[in-house]
Parts: sequence; structure tokens; C-alpha cells
Amino acid sequence: MSTNAKIETPPTPAPVEKIKVKVDGREVEVPKTMPDGVTGKPVPTTMIQACHAIKVEVPHYCYHPRLPVAGNCRMCLVEFGTPAMGPDRKPILNPDGTAKILKSPRPAIACATPISPGMEIYTNTPNVRFMREGILEFLLINHPLDCPICDQAGECKLQEYSVDHGQTSSRFAEIKVHKPKRVDLGPRIILDDERCILCTRCIRFTRDVVGDDALGIVNRGSYNTITAYPGKPFDNNYSLNTVDLCPVGALTSKDFRFQMRVWFLKETKSLCTSCGTGCNVVVGSREDRMFRYKPRENDSVNATWMCDHGRLNYRWIHNPERLVQVTVRNGAAATVSDWKSAMPQLAARLKSAAPGTVAVIGSARQTTEELFLLAKLARHFQAVTDSVPRTGPADHLLLNADRNPNSTGAVFTGLAATPMGSNLGKIAEGIRSGRIKTLIVFGEDVTRHGIGADLLARLDLLVASDILPNATTKLAHFVLPGCAHVEKRGTFVNVKGHVQKFMKAIEPKGDARAEVEFLKELLPTVTGWTAPRSLEGLFNQMAGEIPALQGVTWAALGDTGVRVQI
Amino acid sequence: MNPQTISTPQAADAGTASAIPIPNPLCEQPDFSVPAEMVAVLDELITHYPRKRSASLMLLHAVEERYGYVSRQAVEWIAARLELAPINVYELVTFYPMFHRQPTGRFHLRICRTLSCALRDSYKIHDHFCRKLGLDPHGHGAQTSKDGMFTVEFVECLASCGTAPVIQCNDTFHEEVTLEKADKILEGCK
Repeated sequence: MSTNAKIETPPTPAPVEKIKVKVDGREVEVPKTMPDGVTGKPVPTTMIQACHAIKVEVPHYCYHPRLPVAGNCRMCLVEFGTPAMGPDRKPILNPDGTAKILKSPRPAIACATPISPGMEIYTNTPNVRFMREGILEFLLINHPLDCPICDQAGECKLQEYSVDHGQTSSRFAEIKVHKPKRVDLGPRIILDDERCILCTRCIRFTRDVVGDDALGIVNRGSYNTITAYPGKPFDNNYSLNTVDLCPVGALTSKDFRFQMRVWFLKETKSLCTSCGTGCNVVVGSREDRMFRYKPRENDSVNATWMCDHGRLNYRWIHNPERLVQVTVRNGAAATVSDWKSAMPQLAARLKSAAPGTVAVIGSARQTTEELFLLAKLARHFQAVTDSVPRTGPADHLLLNADRNPNSTGAVFTGLAATPMGSNLGKIAEGIRSGRIKTLIVFGEDVTRHGIGADLLARLDLLVASDILPNATTKLAHFVLPGCAHVEKRGTFVNVKGHVQKFMKAIEPKGDARAEVEFLKELLPTVTGWTAPRSLEGLFNQMAGEIPALQGVTWAALGDTGVRVQI
Repeated sequence: MNPQTISTPQAADAGTASAIPIPNPLCEQPDFSVPAEMVAVLDELITHYPRKRSASLMLLHAVEERYGYVSRQAVEWIAARLELAPINVYELVTFYPMFHRQPTGRFHLRICRTLSCALRDSYKIHDHFCRKLGLDPHGHGAQTSKDGMFTVEFVECLASCGTAPVIQCNDTFHEEVTLEKADKILEGCK
């Protein structure tokens, strides 16, 4: 890796003065300032950051590394001491030569108190434990304790901290304050104000990260209620991030509400495919059914957020119309086949195709590995190739105008023309003139991109692989059912050249198979070239052959990917 | 950002059928308008503060004084004047009890209930007013009589503890109020 100049390393920030503090008796050295979570400007390092630097957990609700500090939940109260200073402004020493520490008579909130040299932080004293117990008691006073029907149960900080730091029983004998429940806060969110602990994470997120000052707290004291302005629904494209941010079950996603208990969900690291940003996500699935996307932290791509547009764009995976059978069509008659008998037929038909009479269209929604194998196939036939550009309105945060997840991959593998889509007209013309007799289409409905059904009917051989049926698969001589990204492994390269991998969450339906698998079967017979057996090997082979990916390995991708130059 | 330009897939609607709309405690005031001379005064007032937002309370007071309450239209007008989102002004209106969200009567009776007045029977005076005006003596917050003439409400210290109990009828101050005096005050409200 070190020999490779093409992999971008983030610019190293100017060295910051370090401060030594002690957390629970363990010395830790942390920078004096750290970049602010929202603005990136250097701000004094706080006690909670020093604790996190050596993996000491300080329970907190309102603090979030990516939001402005509010300091209102008081859950992160800790005790601390600072070196005692003599009248000569020199530290007073103990008889054994160590600095004498003056313990602060009052606790401090770790999220908002800057550290100072020699400071000692105590996160686990009887006093601290007693304070946590007290804070939790207050937070639970008006909490409805409706965990059995709450979507957050299982990933709820109020539950977790109650177990870790709370009391076993409630001393509260009075009547709880009732607040609005089931408030239709926006098109994608339902708010239960009784569960809210008023940490204001949602308010700060939408105000300071999204720039849409939509939420606020109304009324006073124990009647404090989170709300949006009447008649102004909370509907920006990032609203569902507040559901993730909410440490309790106050903000719930309409899409996920009452769908599945979170502890049943298998979590798989994956990527969002709705645009070229490639937000890192966690797929929540159970028994081969996908239930939700949640953003996964990746500082060089999406921080900890994702947009609602991408988050809710997964229902197509479980579309009942999905292609689940290999279909072979001869003339007007389409017959259901299987991989075992269809693949040799297809290989034989492809083998007889003359070079120069073939065109390959691979979607920029396919993985880089699939596009690489398609490019191999195309090169064998000296085929005209292209992908289909797909654009939509972009926004100021994450949503990119390029709605293909892997446009860069399509360019890297050489499958996409420059500019993408400019060869589609040539392919249409080639079919019209009879020069192109074989068309291989992966993941696109070419009838919507200038190659109409009349042209497709002229082809000797039309091979289509897709996930959902469309006008192209209807006319194809071979229909090869493919996989959604959550049903396979692979890599995407985002618009900035970030190479990222995603893992398999669920099994494909019926006969559908990962495209890489059947392309690997096809290639030796048709081209004589055998692809590496494993996906890791295939990626490494591809990285060796593509100049832009030189030196990148599957292992080096890790969970957060590698940035290459584009 | 305009969310309308981005087609977000429709969320499933499980369990949302019984959802209630965002609570709206603000009154409508379709004829709300601020006369030009008041706008000029308020705009000048805004310049007294380092940030426009700091003038929120002053503008709310001005609206409350002129119209007797703060309507939805008023909240939105103030927010626009201060370049804020309406929610920022709405939060303030709900926080301070001296801002009214319902129209108040022609005569606004504020009865002190802080310590000295409470000790000298201001609760009885409140009770007396409520019974005379057909209001609930145990009701919470400001109450307005059916004819819209009177609003009765408890307030905190009116700063005349030496002459408790005290009440304030619109801008007139009444000290050492007895039940007889209270009746006279009511009679004087015409």
C-alpha cells in the first residue's frame, strides 16, 4: 500500500498541542483541541472526549459527537480534580513528588467541560453512580414505560442506562403528566411526546446539520413538549435521521413502526444504492426479509447520516413481481428453464457470435466486479459497450445528482462510454443497420433509453439479466434473474472515487443468483478466460488490471473503503 | 432545500391510522395586520439589539398589548420580521404565561397570588370574580367571560406587597382590594 501514490490520504492536520489527563487513574494524552462535530473548527477537547479516547464509557443522552453540545440531560455528570497551585503559581506536590490534586467540590458535565493539563476525571465513584441514579429517576418520572409496544425497545438508551445505572423500582407515587401521543410530525415520522426525554438532539440536528429549523420545545417545566410548528410538517429529506438520533422511542419511523422487534434483526454492513454518494448503511433483516436501512458511520462519505430518499428506497427488493426463474425464449414461446440447462445453451449461442456484432450494456447499478466481468466479455467480442446515466435533483448534504451507485465503477471497468450513455445511440443504429446481432443487457430496460422493442426484435440474440421484469426482459431470449445488492457481495465506487464493499444480508428468491456467479460460469466457455474463484480474488485481480485501482485489495477496503483518484 | 423536488418513496403506513395532527394551540386572526407606524416603531426597536432574534420578546409584547393575544398570523409575522423560523417565536409564546393564545376580554383582571396577596385572601377575590362572571374558580390560566368583556387570571407579584391584596384591571392598579371593592371595580368596567 505504501508504495502506491494513487490512494489518497486525507491531509494531515497541523499538529495540535497535547494534554495529559487521568481518567479513573489511567493516564491519557489527548489533543488540546479537537474539530467541532458540525463546523470542523478546532474547539477545546472535553472530558467526555478524553474518556472516549481510552474507551471509558460515560453515559449520555444529549451529547452526540456530530451535534453541537447542549449539556441538558446531565447524564454525563462526573467528578474531577485539578492540580493544586501554590501562591507562586507552581503545582503543590505531595510528599512522594506527585502533583497534589484538588478535587472539585461539585461535579461537572463531561460533554461540555474542557480538559486542562493534569486534570483527573473520576467516572465511577459512589457519588457519580448516585448522581446517575438520580438523573435516571427524574427522566423516568413522566416516562410512560410502554417498552412492550415501543419500537425503540432493545436499542433504547433509557432502557440500557436504567439497567446499568438506574434503580430497580420507582418511588414515584404521583400521577404522570400526559402529553400528546401518536403525533403525525411529518410524512415519515410519528412522535410520542410522553417517551421524550427532551435531549434536543432532533432539534439540533435539523437546525444545525440540515439547516431546516423545524423543531422546537413548547410549554414549560414537566409539560415541555417537542413539536413542529402547527401546519408545517417536518418533512425535509433527512428527517428520519432524527429517529436514529432519538435515544428513546419518541421519534419513530412510520416505515418501521411496529414492523419488527429490533433484537430479531440481523445487521449487515452494506451500502445505499440510491445515488452516487454511496452512504454506508446497516441492513436490518430477519429470515430473508429486509426491514430497514440505518446509516453507518463513515467520516469520508456520510458522517453518520443518510437521506430519507435512500433509506426508504428498498421495497423493490421484496417486489412480488421479481424475476425468480431462468427463462429461455424461442420465437414467441418462452419456457421456464434452469441454470444447469440454460447456461450451456447460452454459452454455445454466444460462442458463435462473431466479433464486432455484439453490444454490451451494463447498468451502473451493477457491482464493479460484475461490470469487470462484463467488460471482459465485451472485449472478447470487441463489443460496443455503455451504461445508462441516471440523474435527479441533488441536495446540499448527501443526495447526489448521479443516481447510479457505481458510475465511477462503470467508467473504471471501461464499460461506460465517455460521456456515459453516448454509445446508446450507436448501439441502436448498429442494430438498425443489422451490424449488431447480439445484445447483452444487465440491469437496464433499454427500451426506455432509445433501443425500442422494434429494434430488439431484430436481434439474433438478446440476453437480459435483471431483478424486476421490464420490456427488455420480456423480449429477451435468455432472462437471467439477478440479485439485489443486499443479496450478494461486491463493491461500488462512489462519485468521489471511494471504493466500498457491501456484504450479503439475505438470500435471493427462487433461482435468482448473484450476477458474478453466472458470469464466471459463462466466461471460460465463451472467452477461455477463467475468473478467480472467490469474490476477494476477483476483486484483487480486477484491482491489478484497472489502473485507477492499483494497489487496492479487498482486505484493505475494510468497513469504510478506500479513496482512489478518479 | 425543497423536499418536493425529491421523490422519496412512500413510507409504509402501519400503525399510523390513529395519528393525530401536530397540536395547534394558536388562534387564527385572519384580519391580522400591523399598521405602518407600528411597523416603523418595531423596526427601530429591533436595531437596539445585537441580533434581531433578541427583539423577539419585545415584539411579542407589542403584539400582545395591541391585540390582547398572539395569533398564528402574529407569530408568523414576527418570525418573518426577525428572520426566524416560526417555531422559534412559537416556543416563546407557549413558554411565558403573560402571552395569551386566545383573545382576551375588554377588561383584563390580573389578580396577584404571590405570597403577601395570597396570605391576604387574593384567592377569595379570584373566586369572587369568577363566580360573578360565570367562570370556573378552579380553572387553570386566563379565563374569558362568555360575552368577551372580562378576562380573569392569576398573575405573579405585581410589586405592591405592602398594600396586598392587589389587582390590576387593564392598566389601572387597585390596592388593598376587598370583596366590596372588587364589586365596585367590576361596576366601573363599562
